[in-house]
Amino acid sequence: MAPPEAAPFEAAPPEAATPATSGAPSSAAPTVLEAHGVGKRFPGVVALDDVSFSLRAGEVHALVGENGAGKSTLIKALTGVHRPDSGELLLSGRPVRFARPSEAQAAGISTIYQEVNLVPLMSVARNIFLGREPRNRFGLIDFPRMHAEAAALLGGFGVTVDPRRPLDSLGIGTQQMVALARAVSVEAHVVVMDEPTSSLEPREVETLFRIIDDLRRRDIAVVYVSHRMDELYRICDRVTVLRDGRHIHTGPIGGLDRMRLVSMMLGREISEVRRHGMTSFGSEGHDVARKPVLTATGLARRHQLDDVSLELHPGEVLGLGGLLGSGRSETAKALAGALALDAGQVRVDGAPLGRFSSAGAIRAGISLLPEDRKAEGIVPGLSVRENIVLAALPRLSRLGIVSRARQDRVVDIFMKRLRIKASSPEQKVGELSGGNQQKVLLARWLCLEPKVLLLDEPTRGIDVGAKAEVQALIDELAQEGLAVLLISSDIEELVEGSDRIVVLRSGGTVGELVGENVSEDALLAALADHTTPTQDSPNPADTTTGAPVPAAEPSAAGSAPAQASPPADPAPAAEEDPR
Amino acid sequence: MNPTPSLTAPATGVKGSAPGGTAGSDRPASGLSAAERVLSLVQRQGVLAVLLLVVVIASFAYPTFAGLDNARGVLIQASFLAIVALGMTLVIITGGIDLSVGSVFALGGVLAAWASQWGLLPALLVPLVVCGAIGTLNGLLIARAGMAPFIVTLASLLGARGLLLAFTDEGATTYLVPKGSAFAELGQGSIGGFGHPILVALVLLGIGGLVLQRTSFGQTLFAVGGSGDAATLMGLPVARAKVTVYLLSGLLAGFAGALNAARLSSGVTIIGTGMELDAIAAVVIGGTLLVGGAGSISGTLWGVLLLAVIQNLINQIGSLNSSYQSVVSGGFLILVVVAQRYVSRSRRTL
Repeated sequence: MAPPEAAPFEAAPPEAATPATSGAPSSAAPTVLEAHGVGKRFPGVVALDDVSFSLRAGEVHALVGENGAGKSTLIKALTGVHRPDSGELLLSGRPVRFARPSEAQAAGISTIYQEVNLVPLMSVARNIFLGREPRNRFGLIDFPRMHAEAAALLGGFGVTVDPRRPLDSLGIGTQQMVALARAVSVEAHVVVMDEPTSSLEPREVETLFRIIDDLRRRDIAVVYVSHRMDELYRICDRVTVLRDGRHIHTGPIGGLDRMRLVSMMLGREISEVRRHGMTSFGSEGHDVARKPVLTATGLARRHQLDDVSLELHPGEVLGLGGLLGSGRSETAKALAGALALDAGQVRVDGAPLGRFSSAGAIRAGISLLPEDRKAEGIVPGLSVRENIVLAALPRLSRLGIVSRARQDRVVDIFMKRLRIKASSPEQKVGELSGGNQQKVLLARWLCLEPKVLLLDEPTRGIDVGAKAEVQALIDELAQEGLAVLLISSDIEELVEGSDRIVVLRSGGTVGELVGENVSEDALLAALADHTTPTQDSPNPADTTTGAPVPAAEPSAAGSAPAQASPPADPAPAAEEDPR
Repeated sequence: MNPTPSLTAPATGVKGSAPGGTAGSDRPASGLSAAERVLSLVQRQGVLAVLLLVVVIASFAYPTFAGLDNARGVLIQASFLAIVALGMTLVIITGGIDLSVGSVFALGGVLAAWASQWGLLPALLVPLVVCGAIGTLNGLLIARAGMAPFIVTLASLLGARGLLLAFTDEGATTYLVPKGSAFAELGQGSIGGFGHPILVALVLLGIGGLVLQRTSFGQTLFAVGGSGDAATLMGLPVARAKVTVYLLSGLLAGFAGALNAARLSSGVTIIGTGMELDAIAAVVIGGTLLVGGAGSISGTLWGVLLLAVIQNLINQIGSLNSSYQSVVSGGFLILVVVAQRYVSRSRRTL
């Protein structure tokens, strides 16, 4: 419930608001929504740490950051889903507290969530008007009017669909437009859009931008969360960067260099390249076999993957570079058979994987260490031993009877080898530290003796010491001939751990960094740019070392000039160290 | 007894028409395609078709079945379950379940018979207050404390049955409704040959249908059952809606029990056992999804009638042991759920 000092929730019109108090000068537009020193912690994590954010009437404000940066938490704090632990929210200059989403909505803050949050079985019109249906004089819902209004509203968005249709009969993009229609049809002063374009077709994106322009003209403030650089630069006025729950930067997006923005998101300075400095990866590359153990061609899945192809050789660590939402995790999942594909093929040792299933991939020798350790990996209530042997049980048993002696042997080997710190193999995994949990998971997959190990954020959320150990272990495994695919938001870890880096953008492979080009600058450039940074031959042995610019071979795609000298990026050439 | 082919007949018709509808539905601009309309109709009114078919076949096979007297008997029998199933429909649409209605039905009957010595109003108010309180308690535990509906209402099933036994000295005391009282008339009287309970049930179902389809409250119930998270994020009063449906379910079950006591002139203690399962079966046969989010009062009415007709028919076939009624009802339940899955999958792939 709202405490007595909080203002009532009907928002004052933007004109009545106090002048903007944020740092940016020379802005006449009043501040509609402000967060001051907002903090929010969840068990074990500080999701938001003293974050301030201000939103002016009629601006489109980009909110960017990598996974775990705190964007979603900030949005949820602004929209009444979470209550912040500290700090205050000001709506048109008056302090407010939202106990639940309905209060934020009543105050004129309307939100489109990343996953469509509508009711699938109900009709389009009912979804748009849920909770505020037009009534006739008997107090009953006036369906003809509701359908007409819904059709008119959607028509304005370029969507022609029968509003009586159930929502789940529509495509996901159209559903998103319905969510948008709902959000803007209320009298909102602030519209929050959390990755609104992630499931839209290009044509629908254009419609969305038109709607946003219209909102801007009507002095409605928009918070726009997206990972797509092109969109941010096209539609947004200002940008706020969050990282690790902290506020990093707020300012106009126009004059901000793309490389600079990406480096702020990732927390890496452009000039700050210390190859083989801080991580525990070995400094020399691995002996890579010529014949790939895993070949993926043309992996595609609607809205997530668009023509991803890669080869993985025994004995190498292949990095998968890309910003959040570029299809990194989806690629790993697809390779491990955990994501149904629309097209594409995965071959292991030349033999195609048939139907996509996790069991099939595991049999073929592919193991995936998932991104979300808690949700998709460990079973906290089981012991270290039980967690390790879980996936290997079929191999350790005969006629369904599990041999305890063989289990103990395997568990003993891996606990020693991975230096898992537990009081005994019977300790519950839930009691271990994050790093040791991760090692237990790694042990689970290693005791299957895989040929290919896919690691999705293997060191996220674990302490420095354990991180170094896991990194050293990855190195060791590759030296022993395992093919490793490494995904990491930590750009330093990615660059220093990988022999090659395949760069993904918008669900497709856009380039590959090989040899000398496996550097932070080149990767930052590749992530920030629309153009393909480099197109090398897939075999690292063929790479010409000491190439002055990442682009070894200009492509025929017509983007050659941009490749030769990426506009925002003089760094790679400067940092190059020709041998 | 051949309802099986009758139920699958519309389903196979659907299969044939599905490919024809595909082309039309590719364009978002198009309205509902013919195939979608058929599927939607089957989903909503398929049970009605089955019911009519069973009735027509039975009328030819057993002339006594078609008689007006028999029809009145079937309807009276169905009216109490219909009132209970009305509340159950609302609960199930929100994705919940109410197992307590059978016990609450019996408790309402005994309380009404006991209170009828002071007149019509106490005979109605006492069961409504007590049963409404039980329903509210169910709702609060489910919506506010976040407990599982199955567990909460299982507990109140046991609790209400226990209260009933305590109140009647373990069933030794039977409270009688005074002969010729207004309360007895409510249960036993009739208008145009149709007993009061039938008319009361129809009125309640009519109001229920209107509330469900034509009010914000009804829409909220669908949203809560269809996607609770979405409903919360849309700012709908989710908890209030949940408490309200359990309250309504308790009130309706208690009221149906009181009506039944008026009809039987006494508060029968052994009644209502397993009634919750009949109500759930009727609701599901009527096309309401057990997971919530979709359903209708009219479907529930047809489901209740179908169960009543089956029971009546088996009684008509003198040679058949009446125990087989449950077997046939169970068979229908399975068929309907299979058909629902089939239809909803066809709709999705259209």
